[in-house]
Amino acid sequence: MMRLLFLFMALYLPAKAEEAVVAGLSQNRIAITANFDGSEILIFGAVRRDAPPPGTGPLEVIIAIAGPSKPIMVRRKAKRFGIWINADAVEVDAAPSFYAVATSGPLNDVLKNIDDLRYRISIPRAIRSVGAPMTIMDARAFTEALIRIRTEKGLYQMSLNTVEVSEETLFNTSVTLPANLTEGAYTARIFLTRSGNVVATYETKIDVQKVGLEKWLFNLAHELPLAYGILSLVIAIAAGWSASAVFRYIRS
Amino acid sequence: MQIYLPIAEVSVNAFLLLGLGGIVGILSGMFGVGGGFLMTPLLFFIGIPPAVAVATEANQIVASSFSGVLAHFKRKTVDLRMGVVLLIGGLIGAALGVQVFNTLRAIGQVDLLVKLCYVVFLGIIGGLMFFESLRAILRTRRPGAVTLRRKHNWVHNLPFKMKFRTSGLYISVIPPVMVGILVGILAAIMGVGGGFVMVPAMIYLLGMPTKVVVGTSLFQIIFVTAFTTLMHATTNYTVDMMLAVLLLVGGVVGAQIGARIGVKMKAEQLRILLAIMVLAVCTKLAAELLLQPSELYNLGDVRH
Repeated sequence: MMRLLFLFMALYLPAKAEEAVVAGLSQNRIAITANFDGSEILIFGAVRRDAPPPGTGPLEVIIAIAGPSKPIMVRRKAKRFGIWINADAVEVDAAPSFYAVATSGPLNDVLKNIDDLRYRISIPRAIRSVGAPMTIMDARAFTEALIRIRTEKGLYQMSLNTVEVSEETLFNTSVTLPANLTEGAYTARIFLTRSGNVVATYETKIDVQKVGLEKWLFNLAHELPLAYGILSLVIAIAAGWSASAVFRYIRS
Repeated sequence: MQIYLPIAEVSVNAFLLLGLGGIVGILSGMFGVGGGFLMTPLLFFIGIPPAVAVATEANQIVASSFSGVLAHFKRKTVDLRMGVVLLIGGLIGAALGVQVFNTLRAIGQVDLLVKLCYVVFLGIIGGLMFFESLRAILRTRRPGAVTLRRKHNWVHNLPFKMKFRTSGLYISVIPPVMVGILVGILAAIMGVGGGFVMVPAMIYLLGMPTKVVVGTSLFQIIFVTAFTTLMHATTNYTVDMMLAVLLLVGGVVGAQIGARIGVKMKAEQLRILLAIMVLAVCTKLAAELLLQPSELYNLGDVRH
């Protein structure tokens, strides 16, 4: 009974906010322009507390930046009739288009599994996969492949020990956004942990948007597709004709 | 200089795209092929999503073919009548091809279809052209050898005959329409103009003179790829204008240079070069299908 009570208290206490996060980002709006070549976002903040820091382990910080989630079809090739073709497929219900986690220490030390489950912080937890077809025994391999492919493209990042924490109060880190970023409402979440338990959270939005010509072309393509198609053809024919005219002029 | 493509949603080097456009444009002008069979795989390779690559390539081919065909019009090497007959087939084929493309895309086999099409068509055509032009070159080297007269085959025994004065032919319209349909299907599925199928078909099946073949195929390609561009733009929203402009700036300049190189070369040399290139692309794609890929998994959109 005592042990149960103790466990209850241990679980309950940290959730009571004695410490709070005050944070800022170097930019809350990422503009995708024609020469967009990736970006770096600086995240900094401080811990506000009314009492001296509790002695329940050092303060650790985890920062997670996530792009909009979308269902993804993961397909696996197999050799059929002597050639490699897409055979099995598993639909992952929701996977963020971009996901970066930065921590102030090794993941196992700064975050307990149970809080990872609750807040969906680590990359595998951020991906939601409900079920695979009955015929596929190794559904886990498909989510692993998704993480592997996106990590290679710089879309999923797990950076341990990259958040700098000073004096148990100030913290900062930077996250690199790759050039192949997609549009949408991104979220930046900041977790303060002590002994692996989340003690405070903070969430803010980052707006990633195409601007200028990029935005105009994208909207035209989706809202007036026929006009867009005709415009593409007019440009193509004009370019073809002018090149021909220029060359004729050069020769004569 | 990096540039972000609004529809493909990737960032690529602008000079790389200009260069690719230029090289493929030269080939396009030389051989009268749209160059799509080289450009589309190259676009996959630099990370453009396949659906965007196929649709945008169609748009780019319009530009390079238009530029090329003007040079041919000036030299009067376009058989307009044959072009129109091929075009009628081409439009029917393109409409069919987009249907097939969308069906296979839904079940995730479009990559396989595209690659298989490439391997089969490039293999057969490249092989045939290679050996035929090799024989032709050997024949011209041997003095005193007789040049064979164009022989009559089944093509000449079909109904609905029509006179094609520029080509000096009097044949049925059925074979050209069939060739057009086949080319239209390929245009929609593979993101190519289809010149690599049409040029040999015109030479070997229809018996058209080589000099007329290039201009006529370019003429047909313009309209079929323009139609394909519109179909992709309105159904899949996958035409990337920014990508197309970069490719076509390089492409149209290249096509002009290529057309002039083409005039200076002998028809047999032109054909054997094209055959070698076709076979090289074919071998590369066949290897991709036959050898175990390093990454077995791939990601795709969910379309409901």
